[in-house]
Amino acid sequence: MLAIDPLLVGDIDWVALGIVGLKVLVVFATGLVATMLMVWFERKVIAGMQNRIGPNKAGPFGLLQTLADGIKLFFKEDLIPDRADRFVFRLAPFLAFVPAFLSFAIIPLGGDFRGDANGIVTWFGRETRVQLADPSIGVLFALAISAIAVYGIMLAGWSSGSKYPLLGSVRASAQMVSYEAALGLSIASVLVVAGTLSTSGIVDAQSTLGTWNLVATGVVPFVVFLIAATAELNRPPFDLVEAEQELVGGFHTEYSSIRFALFYLAEFMNTVTMSAMIVTLFFGGPQPPAIGGTVLDIPLLPNGLEGTVWLFAKVLVFLYVYVWFRATLPRLRYDQLMDLGWKLLIPVSLGWFMMLVAQRLGRALGWNLGVVTVASIAVLGACWVLLQRALTVSASRRDEQGAAF
Amino acid sequence: MDFFVFTCAALMSLVGALGVVLRRNPVHAALSLVLTLFGVAVLFVLLQAEFLAAVQVIVYAGAIVVLFLFVIMLLGVDRIENLRTEPIALQRWVAGLVGLALSGLLVATALVAGDETVVRGSGIASAVAGDDPDANVRQIAGEIFGDYVVAFELTSVLLVVAVVGTVVMARRKQAAK
Repeated sequence: MLAIDPLLVGDIDWVALGIVGLKVLVVFATGLVATMLMVWFERKVIAGMQNRIGPNKAGPFGLLQTLADGIKLFFKEDLIPDRADRFVFRLAPFLAFVPAFLSFAIIPLGGDFRGDANGIVTWFGRETRVQLADPSIGVLFALAISAIAVYGIMLAGWSSGSKYPLLGSVRASAQMVSYEAALGLSIASVLVVAGTLSTSGIVDAQSTLGTWNLVATGVVPFVVFLIAATAELNRPPFDLVEAEQELVGGFHTEYSSIRFALFYLAEFMNTVTMSAMIVTLFFGGPQPPAIGGTVLDIPLLPNGLEGTVWLFAKVLVFLYVYVWFRATLPRLRYDQLMDLGWKLLIPVSLGWFMMLVAQRLGRALGWNLGVVTVASIAVLGACWVLLQRALTVSASRRDEQGAAF
Repeated sequence: MDFFVFTCAALMSLVGALGVVLRRNPVHAALSLVLTLFGVAVLFVLLQAEFLAAVQVIVYAGAIVVLFLFVIMLLGVDRIENLRTEPIALQRWVAGLVGLALSGLLVATALVAGDETVVRGSGIASAVAGDDPDANVRQIAGEIFGDYVVAFELTSVLLVVAVVGTVVMARRKQAAK
């Protein structure tokens, strides 16, 4: 195994195993607690935006509201519909829940990336990273896991043996599969700039504000990623999966008790993970913001711990953004959703990716960068005109025939 | 350790493969296929082909089987099938014969090749190793976009042609009603 963790290179002894076990525990617990707090945070912030008070009875500031809800859900009756496929019905919540935790494992949660530190910290006399695993295929692992998450939703709807959940799950999985393409293409831009797949490598390359991938890739991949990630998470304004007014709650209509809670938990967990992913890919992860040589340092804090503080602050911003989206944006219609994904986000991210690659190739081979830029803009412009033309023709044909679907 | 992981992964793929053939419900069969694909992905990791493993999960488990499930759900064939009727005469006999021949060929290949097949990295000219964690990706990129670029491009053209053909067939202008 190559460099999943410097801890596991060479002989593995009990101390190393203990540290890994501890990391697993901490990551799992952090995930659960973060999810719990995220539910509270969302309800509180959205209440504030709508001039309400929000949860305020259980615990200080209503902090324990989620815990109370969880306990309540645990003791509710667990129903399995008569026409359900019992095995798949039981399996589906876990297929939604487990991937949500797995992708949290590859996110660098802290550590010192300054200078030559490379994110490696020393615990109990061993060198290790503040992340559960740093596989060489890093980001691809996250994509693979998010591909698996589709199964939970799809099978939940199908196995319920009822129409509304089936419709909800078909909608949801079509949406998730469509937006995965845009998500992958915008990640590809980041990978080209970073030159590595591993998450710690990507973070390590973003040492100053100018090298943050947000800037280095041009802002376009970030915007595409943010939109595609929101759709991937099935959060407003892309929450057609739930669409209370149309679908009676979507794919988990027939679920109750703790099985429903697992879906709910997975959804919020995914939000937290995706925010952390955005920060890792585009905003330097645990790296403190730095302009040139001046680093915005928090005094009195060891550098390794400071990374965690910065990561937390950055993730919090994106969690707030997601709640903000939910409070302010109206839901898209289904055809608008598909149009946005296939006809705008995928072409834009693909075109931008090609342009970035042309730039890098030009720099590597010593071409005139001005010519490269002009040529690539011309090619992309021609492609865009062709695409628009094709779309107009297909739209007019569809009108002519009377839309079949 | 390697042996243990190999046994688990091989068992996973075998159980999954049997499930694909033996489960009567098409959705369960498709899920068994996912199990097989995961087993193969683990085998890829064991052979230090992490990139292939990830792509295996993303493409096969994440896209193709999802597509299968879509078709199964939307066409409403997710009921237990009646296996008594044979669509084509002698189909079962021919299928059995071909299956036997194929497994015979595979076993023969393994026997003839002997120990050489189990040597790590013997599939690609140079073994995946060294300190560069991205060596895997670089090698595959070199092979696909270097030595085999024509085959690669032809495959993509084939896929595009297939998609265009499907769209044309499905959306042919209907004669005036």
